[in-house]
Amino acid sequence: MQVFVEAVFTAFTLLVQGSPELWNVIYVTFQVAVASTLAGVALGAPMGFMMGATRFRGRRTMIALTNTGMAVPPVVIGLVVMMFLSRRGPLGFLGLLYSVDAMSIAQTLISTPIIAGLTAAAVSSVPFKLRLQARSLGASRLQEALLALKEARLGVLAAVAAGFGAVVRGVGAVMMVGGNIEGQTRVLTTAIVQEARKGDFGLALALGLILMLITFTMNGFLTWYQHSNERFERG
Amino acid sequence: MLEHSHWSAKWKRTLLLALTLVIAVLPAGCGGIDEAEPPEGLPDEAIEVTNVILASTTSTEDSGLFGELVPAFRDAYPQYRIDVVAVGTGQALEIGRAKDADVLLVHAREAEEEFVADGYGIERRDVMYNDFIILGPEADPAGIAGGDDAIAALTAIADGGHTFISRGDDSGTHKKELSLWEAAGIETGPATDDWYLSIGQGMGDTLTMTSEIEAYTLADRGTYLSMRERLELTIAVEGDERLFNPYGVIVVTDATNLEGAQAFADWIVSAAGQAVIEAFGVDTFGEPLFVPNAK
Repeated sequence: MQVFVEAVFTAFTLLVQGSPELWNVIYVTFQVAVASTLAGVALGAPMGFMMGATRFRGRRTMIALTNTGMAVPPVVIGLVVMMFLSRRGPLGFLGLLYSVDAMSIAQTLISTPIIAGLTAAAVSSVPFKLRLQARSLGASRLQEALLALKEARLGVLAAVAAGFGAVVRGVGAVMMVGGNIEGQTRVLTTAIVQEARKGDFGLALALGLILMLITFTMNGFLTWYQHSNERFERG
Repeated sequence: MLEHSHWSAKWKRTLLLALTLVIAVLPAGCGGIDEAEPPEGLPDEAIEVTNVILASTTSTEDSGLFGELVPAFRDAYPQYRIDVVAVGTGQALEIGRAKDADVLLVHAREAEEEFVADGYGIERRDVMYNDFIILGPEADPAGIAGGDDAIAALTAIADGGHTFISRGDDSGTHKKELSLWEAAGIETGPATDDWYLSIGQGMGDTLTMTSEIEAYTLADRGTYLSMRERLELTIAVEGDERLFNPYGVIVVTDATNLEGAQAFADWIVSAAGQAVIEAFGVDTFGEPLFVPNAK
C-alpha cells in the first residue's frame, strides 16, 4: 500500500521540481498526441461524416474497415510503419525512423479510424428530418453538413477525446517507431515501460499518474469548451 | 407447496453451479499433470509437479539457452517445472527481493553480491560467462575495427562524436557500458552529448536501431550472433578482458519453492548442467555462446 502513497508523492515532487528531462518527456508526449489527434480529426471527421450522413457504394465495407481499424493492435501499426520507414523500406530515404514525426504518423493511423468511426455513429444519430427541413429552407450541401455536425457535436467531441486518449496512452507503436530515445523520442508511456523493466515500480506509477493528470486536464478542457458553447446558445 | 418448489429451484440452481465449477476445474487440474510429461523410462505413476519461477534477463532468454536448459533439467528432475520470467537485471533482482521468484540467473556481479549480502539470496555461485563486443557499421567512421582495446575504441567514438546507442535500461549490459565509460574517464550522457542516444530498451531492439541508423553499440555476443543475419553490423572490438560477462545463480531466501530452486541451482553448476551450457550454440553458430565456469 505504501508504494501507492509514495507514487502520489513522487509524482507531485517530480512535477514541482520540474526536471528538464521530465518536461521534455511531457512536451514530446503532448507534441505527438496533439499532432496525431489533429491529423486524425482532419482525416477521420470527413470520413466519419461521409459514412454517417451520406449513402454511397461501398459504404458498408468502409464502415467495416473502420471498425476493424479501431481494433488493430498499436504494435502491428508500429511494425508496419517501421518497415516502411526502415532504411531498407520503401520510404527509408526520408530518414524519418526514430523521430517524433515517425511517432506522429503511426499515432495518426491509430487515431483516424477511432475518430472516423465515432463521428459516423454521432452524425448518423442526427434526425434525417432535420436535414430535410434545412434543405427545404434552401441550405446548401455544405450548410447541411455543418448543421448535422453541429447537432452531433457532443458525439463528435467524444470522438476527438477518444482519439486523443488512444494516442496519449498508446505505447506499442511509439516504442517501435520512436525508439524511446532519451531527450528526443521518449514519451510518458515508453518511460513507464522502461522504469517498470528496471524495477522502479514507484517511479513508473508516478509517471502513470502524471499521464492521467494530462488526460484529465485535456478532457476537462473539452468539457468546459462544450459547456461554454451551450451557455452561449441559451443566452 | 409454493415455498417448496421455490426451494427446490434454488437447490437445482446451486447444484448446476457446483457441477459447472467441477467441470470447469477438472480438466485444468488434469492439464497440470499432463504438462509434466514424465520422460520415458520413468514409472508412469503421477508425479506431483511444482513450479519453480526462474527470473532471468531478456538477453539470456533471447539467446535461446533456456530452450536447452529447461528440458534437460526436467529430464533430471521431473518433479519440478521451470517457469522463466525474462526481464531486465534490475527487475529480476527486484522480483527476487519481493520473493516473486524462487531462483535468479543474472549477470551483474556487484548487484548480485549486494543482493546476497542484504540477505535476499542464499548464495551466489558462478555458472558461466559470455563476452561483450563493440559493434559498428561496416564503414567504421570511428576507425576502431579490428581492435581489442575497448577503452581506446570508446575514446575514439567519443572524440569523433560518432553516434553511440546505449541500452540505458539498467541492464547488465548497460551497467557494463557505464563502467567502460568510467574506465575511459569520459563523462557522457544525452544531456551533454547529442551523439549519445540512451533508449531504455532490450538488446534486440538496440541492435535493430544501431543497424538502422549506422551507429555503434555494446552488445552481448549471443544476441548478436542470433540476429546477425538481419543486421548490417560488424564486430569492431572483441577479446578485451574488460568485456567479460559472468553469470551467477542465486537461490532466493525463503523462496516459495525452495527445494525446487535449490535443485535447479545445484544442477546448473553440476557436470550435467555445465555440459548443456558448453554444447549450446555449437550447432547453430559454430561456436558456443557461453563458457561454463562453475567451481
